[in-house]
Amino acid sequence: MTNSWTDIKNTDLVIVMGGNAAEAHPCGFKWVTEAKAHRGAKLIVVDPRYTRTAAVSDYYAPIRPGSDIAFLMGVIRWCIENDKVQWEYVTNYTNASFLVKDEFGWSDGLFTGYDEEKRDYDKKSWDYKIGEDGFAEVDMTLQDPRCVWNLLKAHVDVYTPEFVENICGTPRDKFLAICEMIGECSAPDKVMTSMYALGWTQHSKGAQNIRGMAMLQLILGNIGMRGGGMNALRGHSNIQGLTDLGLMSNLIPGYLNIPTEKEPDWETYMSTRAFKPLRPNQTSYWQNYPKFMVSFMKAMWGDAATAENDWAYDYLPKLDVPTYDVLRMFDLMHHGRINLYFCQGFNPLLSFPDRAKLTRALSNLKLLVVMDPLETETAHFWENHGVYNDVDPAEIQTEVLELPTTCFAEDEGALVNSGRWLQWHWAGGTPPGEAKHDTWIMAGIQRRVRALYEAEGGVLPDPILNLTWDYADPFEPTPEELAKEMNGRALRTVPDPANEGAVLVEAGQQVKNFTQLQADGSTACGCWLYSGCWNEDGNNMARRDNTDPDETGAYLNWAWSWPVNRRILYNRASADMQGKPWAEDRPLIWWTGEKWEGYDVPDIGVTSKPGEVMPFIMNAEGTSRLFTRAMMRDGPFPTHMEPFESPLANVFNARMRGNPVSRMFEDDAQNLGSSDQFPFVATSYRLTEHFHYWTKHNPVNAALQPEFFVEISQELAAERGIVNGSRVRVWGKRGEVWAKALVTRRLQPMTCDGKTIHVVGIPLHWGFMGAAKKGWGPNSLTPYVGDANVETPEFKAFLVNIEPAAEEPVA
Amino acid sequence: MVKYSERGDHIESTEPVTVSRYRGITRINHWVTAASLIVLALSGLAFFTPALYFLTALFGGGQVTRWLHPIVGVILFFSFLLLFLQMWRLNLPRPEDKTWVANIGELIKDNEEKLPELGKYNAGQKFVFWAMTVLILVLIVSGIMIWEQFFPDLVTIPTRRVAMLVHSLAAVGIILVFIVHVFAAFWTRGTIRAMTRGSVTGGWAWKHHRKWLREVAGRRTQGPAE
Amino acid sequence: MTTAPQPTTAVSNPPVQPMDLNLLPSDVIRASATYDLPEPSRQLEKVAKLIDISKCIGCKACQSACVEWNDTHPEVGENVGSYENPHDLTAEMFTLMRFEEWVNPDTSDLEWLIRKDGCMHCEDPGCLKACPAPGAIVQYSNGIVDFVHENCIGCGYCVTGCPFDIPRISKVDHKSYKCTLCSDRVAVGQGPACAKACPTQAIVFGTKADMIEHAHTRIEDLNARGYDNAGIYDPAGVGGTHVIYVLPHAEKPSIYSGLPDDPRISPLVEGWKGVTKTAGMAVMGIAAAGALLAGFFTRGSRVDDHDEQEAERLVEDDLGGPDKGTGAG
Repeated sequence: MTNSWTDIKNTDLVIVMGGNAAEAHPCGFKWVTEAKAHRGAKLIVVDPRYTRTAAVSDYYAPIRPGSDIAFLMGVIRWCIENDKVQWEYVTNYTNASFLVKDEFGWSDGLFTGYDEEKRDYDKKSWDYKIGEDGFAEVDMTLQDPRCVWNLLKAHVDVYTPEFVENICGTPRDKFLAICEMIGECSAPDKVMTSMYALGWTQHSKGAQNIRGMAMLQLILGNIGMRGGGMNALRGHSNIQGLTDLGLMSNLIPGYLNIPTEKEPDWETYMSTRAFKPLRPNQTSYWQNYPKFMVSFMKAMWGDAATAENDWAYDYLPKLDVPTYDVLRMFDLMHHGRINLYFCQGFNPLLSFPDRAKLTRALSNLKLLVVMDPLETETAHFWENHGVYNDVDPAEIQTEVLELPTTCFAEDEGALVNSGRWLQWHWAGGTPPGEAKHDTWIMAGIQRRVRALYEAEGGVLPDPILNLTWDYADPFEPTPEELAKEMNGRALRTVPDPANEGAVLVEAGQQVKNFTQLQADGSTACGCWLYSGCWNEDGNNMARRDNTDPDETGAYLNWAWSWPVNRRILYNRASADMQGKPWAEDRPLIWWTGEKWEGYDVPDIGVTSKPGEVMPFIMNAEGTSRLFTRAMMRDGPFPTHMEPFESPLANVFNARMRGNPVSRMFEDDAQNLGSSDQFPFVATSYRLTEHFHYWTKHNPVNAALQPEFFVEISQELAAERGIVNGSRVRVWGKRGEVWAKALVTRRLQPMTCDGKTIHVVGIPLHWGFMGAAKKGWGPNSLTPYVGDANVETPEFKAFLVNIEPAAEEPVA
Repeated sequence: MVKYSERGDHIESTEPVTVSRYRGITRINHWVTAASLIVLALSGLAFFTPALYFLTALFGGGQVTRWLHPIVGVILFFSFLLLFLQMWRLNLPRPEDKTWVANIGELIKDNEEKLPELGKYNAGQKFVFWAMTVLILVLIVSGIMIWEQFFPDLVTIPTRRVAMLVHSLAAVGIILVFIVHVFAAFWTRGTIRAMTRGSVTGGWAWKHHRKWLREVAGRRTQGPAE
Repeated sequence: MTTAPQPTTAVSNPPVQPMDLNLLPSDVIRASATYDLPEPSRQLEKVAKLIDISKCIGCKACQSACVEWNDTHPEVGENVGSYENPHDLTAEMFTLMRFEEWVNPDTSDLEWLIRKDGCMHCEDPGCLKACPAPGAIVQYSNGIVDFVHENCIGCGYCVTGCPFDIPRISKVDHKSYKCTLCSDRVAVGQGPACAKACPTQAIVFGTKADMIEHAHTRIEDLNARGYDNAGIYDPAGVGGTHVIYVLPHAEKPSIYSGLPDDPRISPLVEGWKGVTKTAGMAVMGIAAAGALLAGFFTRGSRVDDHDEQEAERLVEDDLGGPDKGTGAG
């Protein structure tokens, strides 16, 4: 989230698209009801199904799964055509005025530089014209045909309301009604908030879906505003913390990068980071990258990381591929190239696509270790459960160890919510049986592995032997110790550069926040983004003061938010070029003539003059980006792409299947279904009664939603002779499931490109373990393809067939 | 060929005359029915009005009473069914019943001589019989409809409300009939022994059910009674 | 210890320190099958739970909170083509989200009407009226209608009496169960568990006056959104209720999964518990008394010797020849 949950109450218009907030985030959704009740805010829902969110919406429109980019580009086109643009914001706070290289272009659904062999783009042309002064060229009048604004106008020109209706299946009048409602929020004092979730991310072009809305929000001037923003509703409690702390194969904490093979030394690694500003006077905050990186290395290896050895840069692994994401890992496992898999708090057998492939992959392991509070399907993948898990245990040689862990309510520590708040919590119960904290297990393994290296040596034992491990009990680091380590501390006294003779931070003290971090090895910090969470003021995450001056929804003294307790990112953009808030009734921060002040921690140097230093300080441009240069693999603008399994060919380029640069393995490309065999579009989703695969273990949740079902329209039911509440078989290219049919008016057939499109809704949550009735999830059917940028699998749009089935399925 | 008596009714002795009126099985049947009816009335009345709720103590409390009442109802139903099968034929109306009813005043004045001769049952007894029959039917049907423990979903709640009202009205009715029955049995002296010893005196039969007596007496010539 | 406060606000942070109960046996103003209830010494503030249909997202948090607080164990059933689970109220499920897909005839738009069903806590409770067991159903002066299980006999009369089809009789202990409005929580200054769990504050709890006032602000908002017939459901037919709804389409409550348009205690139930009871008792009493008196004070019909002799003669005659009486009929 750019903003916070509590800030949603400040909005005028909520658009829920690519998510189902009421259903999947009911507690956060309360802030939507607040906005509706107290501000008269309106709620728009665009979704293939009439969801529980739609049930309390002011306006609902259907959309074909996987066609969101067309819809969003259509709205942008409509806003431009109807002058629903926050012009001052667009001109100054976005890169609309930046000139793009002449070679850049788009045709046949592809941007310049596509290499079909490599399934990748050569992105050289996707960049600004750089002037002789080393800065990007701009045209503040937006007249130059090569400026981003004019390129965008040309790019979205094809997305007419007719085009949208034809591709998305959204009736034209409904689309236009939504455009009207959205367009109103281009007024400087009106804001829209976008609440999205996995309905946008889980596509082979998920990142581009989100880009589409982010661009729209910039055009409306809604980023950085109270009640505005791009608000990603995270799919798990603490999944925000997971990404922040770098639990991705290519990241280290705080969104720093793991080096690749092409970066064999520190100098090369640093040369592509620490961006210089692209416009005069701009902050380009990533210039501080070396401070964060060195402090991280000092936190990892302490005295073993020195300026002489480039801060132990050699200890870091170097990636031979861009990422070892889960799709790649399981593909490797499938090819027998992985022996041991540690599965911590994760149920991939049900959570990842193409369950048959997952089962084969797990069967190739020598050892599978599952750390989980519950008995997961993954841990029992080898066990025969009849038709629900039809495997032959005799043929599976994988040894499986289950290490029972505590659950969140038995732990102390911080959970990071979607709004980036680190909220400390205390254990509410004692763990049952032999369940142990994850840290206890991990520390025990570390200690034993270290002892082996110590005794036996090895090619390079140093990263293990020199790892900082100064916890009071090396076998069980406490949450406090870990949190303090993430915050960072001074290893020696740091002088204040702005004030000669003064001390910034004394040796051994916790740093106040990341502004005190140094690139000379004098500070250590495990995660620069979290720096400030536990400083000399104590545990700021444990703060529980819910006072909120003038009821802005900021709650600055409740818990702690990264970065530096800022509640709304880019909040500088909430004020105009003079530093005066756009919305007088909802001021956030303002320029007093000398400095920035307001209700939130300013997202800009407090003395940075308005008009000089632009609001988007993390970007080298100083502005936000309507055109993302070469930063995304699949294009600097979003362009409509069909899902890999779609009933329609891409209207721009019939030969193009899915996203031309997405995560795709050879075998899986052969394992895609076509609409002549599988005529119906399936989409997967959660139900509010359950949380993923956990709550089916709880008899209460199981009673509230006991059995696997699929949702279909009355029309599809009639076409296939399916009776409500009867059993059906749903099958696709990769598998089959049996479910109860729920025939509903909430799904309606759509007409796209002259074809009638039926949607089959497939909720997840069921498996073969737990208290609920045994069943399946959608991932017995989903394709093994992932997003081009972040490898998220395409769970939200695939093809199936459906027919009535006999009562009980037989193995 | 019997018209006014059961085949089993017979003269037990001649001096003095006693006439067998009810076989042992019938008497047991009657008393099971009677006992059931009394239990049902007491337990039912406990639910009928709070003033009589204390009666539940007789059965061991409200829960037991609630459980017992319908079960006894079923017992009564079957027990009465047997009685019914034995008695219904002789309880069919006859022309003389009309005259009898029309001159009912003479009965109260103890001038039974002025009334027509009767078979085994007079119109009053027949009324009790048929009233019991109808009310028991109504009670068992409506009772099952409101039998929460075993038939909670047999009928809709609106129907159940009707059943509830009907059941209580019928219960009032059957208690009234019961009172009439008991009263008549006492008032007509010499009656009760018919259900205790099984026989009545000849005089009783002569006075109240002369045709019945004639038929029973007449049958003696044709051999031993069965 | 201090005594728990009366509820004053719709959304309040409940007290956390130990409290004395503030809902006492002496606050009972009506009890089933009980005539001699002492006059309560005080009048508690009337309370109400407001269920705002327009804010409800159907998440069933109320259902699970209800199960948790009351420690019930609804069975894991099956899906029968509906989001309603369990499929009806049960003795283990005191509240239930009911889902109705309704096409608004005025707009042709689909509306998914989601209503939390459960006891309405009538001012004039049909269950209490129907109940034969003394003190099994009580009404407190704050409006809560509660079942006192040790007095319940499981007869199911409350089921018949209720205009909303709420009470359910347990198959296990044969006692009647329904929402208590968390009388045990209200007694110590807390709101009902469902209201506490509701993420969107579609369920709020407080004094009835506050709730009505709050409902009016909601209706204003709904009017502004084009729901011209939005209104409060607080049916007069049962004297008003202590669970009230804000309905976007208040002119037709029955579209919300059969919420009664004009609920009242059925005249059949009134008749049964009213005139039938009084008249029946009178008639039976008179009949019994009359029979007793007549039994004592009238002579009865007696058989005399003459009758016996006649009988003997008749029997002797018959010994001599064929029955002559049989021809008479």
